[in-house]
Amino acid sequence: MQVDRELDLKGEVCPFTFVKSKLIIEQMEKGQVLRIILDYQPSVENVPKSMEMEGQEVLAVNQIGDKLWEVVVRKVK
Amino acid sequence: MSFQFTEEQIKRYSRHIILPEVGGVGQQKLLNAKVLVIGAGGLGSPSIYYLAAAGVGTIGIVDFDVVDFSNLQRQILHNTSRVGVPKVESAKMTVEALNPDVKVIAYNKKLDKSNVLDIIKDFDIVLDGSDNFPTRFLVNDACYMLGKPLVSAAILRFEGQLTVFDYRNKETSPCYRCLIPEPPPPGLVPSCQEAGLLGVVGGIMGTLQANEALKLILGIGEPLVGKLLVFDALKTEFRTVKFRKNPKCELCGENPTITDLIEYEQACEVRF
Repeated sequence: MQVDRELDLKGEVCPFTFVKSKLIIEQMEKGQVLRIILDYQPSVENVPKSMEMEGQEVLAVNQIGDKLWEVVVRKVK
Repeated sequence: MSFQFTEEQIKRYSRHIILPEVGGVGQQKLLNAKVLVIGAGGLGSPSIYYLAAAGVGTIGIVDFDVVDFSNLQRQILHNTSRVGVPKVESAKMTVEALNPDVKVIAYNKKLDKSNVLDIIKDFDIVLDGSDNFPTRFLVNDACYMLGKPLVSAAILRFEGQLTVFDYRNKETSPCYRCLIPEPPPPGLVPSCQEAGLLGVVGGIMGTLQANEALKLILGIGEPLVGKLLVFDALKTEFRTVKFRKNPKCELCGENPTITDLIEYEQACEVRF
């Protein structure tokens, strides 16, 4: 999977994990993919949920380490 | 539209950015926007305060008065320690303490034929929160001539009124003179100095003015064009009355006779 942009949000909590992800997505081109790194567990549920509510496509949510997750989103609109 | 927010701005505006209708793009529109508010009184206080909190980047404020104890029952931009201070200066201090992103341009002067066009021309939207008919007609005619959207509100006793004149679309939007062709004769309409006013009515109507301004800046929702919203504080009721462009209107009708600014005489100068 080609990732166009990566955003490291370690240390960030809700709602700023989503706010910061959204600000990046807004400035990307349609079809591009953003990979978000999170270490705050509630955000692992909330960021994908909010992204889908905004009409974006969540491609993957994976645990990639001890208290470390990735959320991969494609910009649709 | 590109934008780069500081950490503080991301936190300050996060509740806007989360909204699908606003986002970073909308917040940047707000920061780029220039809004002029006529009067830093009962209506201007809440509208200016909310526009500043929302991050409207440039707010012009016109008022020639100084803060008086009799203002403090409703004019929440001011406070007891500011009595005697020009209202625009007091407003500027309150706004700057709330949000350093906002640039306040203070016009400590009375609007007249010679300055109104020059003051309005650089702003995107005008909010009228003035307390007299001569200013209302002057501001309306100037906004019409310059093609600026005008968010107009008025308050008296327990009643408030609100409407939007979108002079970017002169062909379709009615104007203030379609609603009120000319100032009423002296003595017919009491001023709030004579008739009294429940302070919170200004808070409600001024906040609704800010809401209309934010919608116009963001390009969302339906602006209150061709509709007069009337608020009754005693019944806690809102009514919406539709009105149309008057083809015989002397300003915006088919054969306009008003082509220059008019300075009407202020009917009542009573002060308490």
